[in-house]
Amino acid sequence: MHPFTLDRPRDLAAALALRAQAGRNDAPAEYIAGGTDMVQLLQEYVRQPERLVSLAGLLDNRIEIGPQGLRLGVAATMAEVAADPAVVEQFPLISEALLNSASPQVRNQATMGGNLLQRTRCPYFRDVGYAACNKRAPGSGCAAIGGENRWHAVLGTSDDCIATNPSDLAVALVALDAAVEIRGAGGSRSLPLVDFHRLPAATPHIETVLEPGEVIAAITVPASSAARRSHYLKVRDRASFEFAVVSAAVALEMDGARIRQARIALGGVGTKPWRVPRVEAALAGASLEPQSLRQAAALAAENAHGRGHNDFKIELMQRAIVRAVEIAGARA
Amino acid sequence: MTTALIGQPISRVDGRRKVTGAATYVAEFQAPGLVHGAIVRSTVANGRIASIDSSAAQQAPGVIAVLTHQNAPKLAYRAHKGAPDPGIGERLHVLQADRVSHQGQPVALVIAEGLEQAVHAAMLVRVTYAPEAAITDIARAEPVPLTPPSETRRGDPDGALAAAEVKLGQTYVIPRENHNPIEMHATIASWDGDSLTLWDKTQWVHNVADEIAAVFGIPARNVRVISPFVGGAFGSALRTWPHVTLAALGARVAGRPVKIMLSRREMYYGTGFRPHTVQRVALGASRDGRLGAILHNGDQETSTYEEFTEALLNATGFLHSCPNVNTRHRLAPMNVHTPTYMRGPGEASGIFAIESAMDELAVALNIDPVELRLRNEPEQDEFRQLPFSSRSTRECYQAAAERFGWSRRNSEPRSMRDGRQLIGWGMATATYGAGRAPASAMARLLPDGTAEVASAASDMGPGTWTSMTQVAAETLGLPIERVRFTLGDTRLPRAPVHGGSITMASVGSAVQAACRKAREDALARGGGTNDVTEAMRRIGQPVEASVDSTPGDESQRFSMHAFGAVFVEVAVDPDLGETRVRRIVGAYGAGRIVNPKLARSQCVGGMIGGIGMALMEHSVVDGRNGRVSNANFAEYAVPVHADAPPVMDVIFVEEHDPHVNPLGVKGVGEIAMVGVAPAITNAIFHATGKRIRELPVTPDKLL
Amino acid sequence: MAKHHVTTTINGDPVEFLCEPEQTLLDVLRDELGLTGSKEGCASGDCGACSVMVDDRLVCSCLVLGVEVDESTVETIEGMADGDKLHPLQQKFLEEAALQCGICTPGFLIAARALLVKNPDPTETEVRYWLAGNLCRCTGYDKIIRSVLDVASEMKRA
Repeated sequence: MHPFTLDRPRDLAAALALRAQAGRNDAPAEYIAGGTDMVQLLQEYVRQPERLVSLAGLLDNRIEIGPQGLRLGVAATMAEVAADPAVVEQFPLISEALLNSASPQVRNQATMGGNLLQRTRCPYFRDVGYAACNKRAPGSGCAAIGGENRWHAVLGTSDDCIATNPSDLAVALVALDAAVEIRGAGGSRSLPLVDFHRLPAATPHIETVLEPGEVIAAITVPASSAARRSHYLKVRDRASFEFAVVSAAVALEMDGARIRQARIALGGVGTKPWRVPRVEAALAGASLEPQSLRQAAALAAENAHGRGHNDFKIELMQRAIVRAVEIAGARA
Repeated sequence: MTTALIGQPISRVDGRRKVTGAATYVAEFQAPGLVHGAIVRSTVANGRIASIDSSAAQQAPGVIAVLTHQNAPKLAYRAHKGAPDPGIGERLHVLQADRVSHQGQPVALVIAEGLEQAVHAAMLVRVTYAPEAAITDIARAEPVPLTPPSETRRGDPDGALAAAEVKLGQTYVIPRENHNPIEMHATIASWDGDSLTLWDKTQWVHNVADEIAAVFGIPARNVRVISPFVGGAFGSALRTWPHVTLAALGARVAGRPVKIMLSRREMYYGTGFRPHTVQRVALGASRDGRLGAILHNGDQETSTYEEFTEALLNATGFLHSCPNVNTRHRLAPMNVHTPTYMRGPGEASGIFAIESAMDELAVALNIDPVELRLRNEPEQDEFRQLPFSSRSTRECYQAAAERFGWSRRNSEPRSMRDGRQLIGWGMATATYGAGRAPASAMARLLPDGTAEVASAASDMGPGTWTSMTQVAAETLGLPIERVRFTLGDTRLPRAPVHGGSITMASVGSAVQAACRKAREDALARGGGTNDVTEAMRRIGQPVEASVDSTPGDESQRFSMHAFGAVFVEVAVDPDLGETRVRRIVGAYGAGRIVNPKLARSQCVGGMIGGIGMALMEHSVVDGRNGRVSNANFAEYAVPVHADAPPVMDVIFVEEHDPHVNPLGVKGVGEIAMVGVAPAITNAIFHATGKRIRELPVTPDKLL
Repeated sequence: MAKHHVTTTINGDPVEFLCEPEQTLLDVLRDELGLTGSKEGCASGDCGACSVMVDDRLVCSCLVLGVEVDESTVETIEGMADGDKLHPLQQKFLEEAALQCGICTPGFLIAARALLVKNPDPTETEVRYWLAGNLCRCTGYDKIIRSVLDVASEMKRA
């Protein structure tokens, strides 16, 4: 690891005053919470901050559920949220997405906030043996385009970056219309999670809308009947402990045998957690017949752009949508 | 007298140390004044080092030395080739010149007081290159014949193929795979004058001593190598890799013991790999399923500086009966580091092609795959024109098929379902050579009725510690807890390489012979008793025997191999392309089984290795520059618990082989990996009707 | 860089150590405290060989900065046996050949014990997915799964 100083502030205000920022190369310091992603990035010299600001013990880790919905303190661990009885009962999609992520060891350590802020698994980002990576070294180019890109995104890409967002949790949350509460030295703000991650465009090193000195304080998920009738489907090369090749988070409101409203987001295919409103619109009022599901799912492929090795994802993500809707629809 | 121990399911004698964390692997040894080394590796695949600026690294905290080709001592690099080293070519010389031939080649070594200090200073070394065009993609390489050319021919394969009633020809591709033992490679080097002690992760301590002695131009007796526990290797620790030289070099320059432990990423650049192979198989047969022609060509990647070859096509010559056979093996020299043997080397790759093709032939002929093989069961090794020392393929097919329930199979693809899942059954034949090499062992009986037995063998996991103790105790006539076997130190009698499934045959034979001699000596001097404990009490001083055990001419008189059959059930999601193995049954004719508990364990482990090979393992090489894109444990998928089939059955068919070696053993470590991948792809075909000829079968290939 | 002073309890004993911010808990255990039973297989949380308990939570010690265990309790493989008496999981692994080279074994044992504390009666599927974070290249997993299930049922009977 590049030598750094570690600050362990006594309270959040002191931490925020240090104006650290997760995942930005131009920030004077970086935050570390659970550290499961940050320590890897430090070990590999992908991140070389001079200063780390520990958020341990400074942020809310409560899991609260009420008539309005779910509120997840950002310091709650993946394991705590996944196992929370109210989450399991009312928001099984979140629990499923978490249990399909990482390993028990990592889930015990990693936090909600860190999960949303984890960096891409793009191998070119993570291997400093490559000079070119616009995320790691802005302006240096993208080695993934024209390289080994089976892992990479087909949606939301730019000529500067095709890296996927690796979070399963974020996919489930985006499907459920979650919002994030952001806290900075100047106060708090809230915005839909779907707007939290930025498209890479020409600045792939800026991954979220967080400003220097801001942290995520909490995640809120509105109550809805769809949240219970849901499924998180994850396709991968081995049975567990692997990032998604393709994933689909689906939550349905049914009207008898017909879909009243579908909420669908995709993982493994987008440069950010990818909601598919066109597919959702086409499914409104549709039956669970394979043909109609298939037609609706095809709309996810609009504007999808493969780079060779990842072309198959365009077909696979449609199949994943169909399957996930079928499974969710079959649930009571 | 004691009861028989050979053949008993004894628990690991080293197990207690391993379950308590007390077993000491090489990185855990302490040496006074130990400092750390970190390697700077090239980021181009071919070219010259244009400049190295190590000034920042020199200034960094804790740094003792920065070695590059500009200031490193010149090393002798005397000629030396051990059994795992390629016969043709010259090993990589480290820090001796500005030439770079592959990604990840060491270009500098930093020695620092602390590990983090060394790693950090290594990041500060600035290297620029004058890159040259590199070949890192086998599709763009130009394969050349081996030296000497390796083409075999019997009969008239081309004519027979042309005349065959049924023929097929296909190409089978296996990507590069890495051994990925869980323990990283590590070396601690400590000099005392001209004598060097190395704690090294190795499958062959004596070869490390020989190689490092040759590299440094010192007598081999000056090099002691210690390696009691090896945390898995599967072939990666057969050769003595450049980091061992670097540790010794660093220690000499620093005047302090130096430890180098590779990172997981470095493991993809400096410890070998199973080479990428492209194989072409053509089969010709009669309508009733008699093979008339086999043409099997294989191209395989190697480095620019060594011709690494494995027995890719050897089994083709004797696995099935066929009068007309042609094999042609070529190498594609590329800007990669030299590949090496990985579990089941040669056979695991070659048999994937042959046994896939046999399955395709069975489909073409509408003959049951087992029946097709039975119709082509040879009476002898038709390549070498020698009898098999033993061959239990028929028994293996029968035992495994019966356990599996193969007779209920409907040969029609896509004929079995479980809900959405398509179910498929497939099988393949397995074989691996039963070799033996010279080995020495020492047995020392002590007056208190215990014994010390030793050979400089290795135990990378199969259970050498335990199985040798069993052989020794039974031969000596002592209870197992009174025998202490030691290994992994060049001060012990020389053993051969721990690989190729030869350890039991070689070291076991030596241990048996030494123990027999010690026992006979003790009884001869013991005053007429037939009880060795009583004899030793009477003698009152140690009785020691050392034996050099060498194979006879049996390998000239017999074709000696283990054989097996692997049956697999897969479930394939036809929409999402995910394949999971549900059941696997392997039957093996592997001679005598010294410890069925450990042998079964090894076989189950090999089966999982085969599942990895079939479904997920792939070192993804960026064809533009030769870097491995997934050089970690997250993106290089190896099987996890949830990938282990709920049913894993291992059957050892009864086999008495009086020819192969004194113990009658053939070894199981390698054969367990062989045949699994084609059994799986054959099952995938049966499930889906899709024939996948390029591994691994990831979901994208089944959409 | 300034070293941090860290106070912990490791395997029941109070332990203080000085550590650099860049040292992981695994580095501290192995290099500073001589507790080499926790193994390094990847340094990226992908293999589980370094599994330890921190404040009763199973974690990969390679992903935890040493500084961050200040005022925490840590349990490692060295504390699993009760003196000479092996933990039932250790005994079962040994008897059932649920280990070969042994490098992944401490991590498996710590993870398996954590499972049985949390869930004394796991299904086979639960065992498989719980232990998915621990890689083994030798055993084929099968015997590990059986061993954990056997111990669970024996502990239930006892």
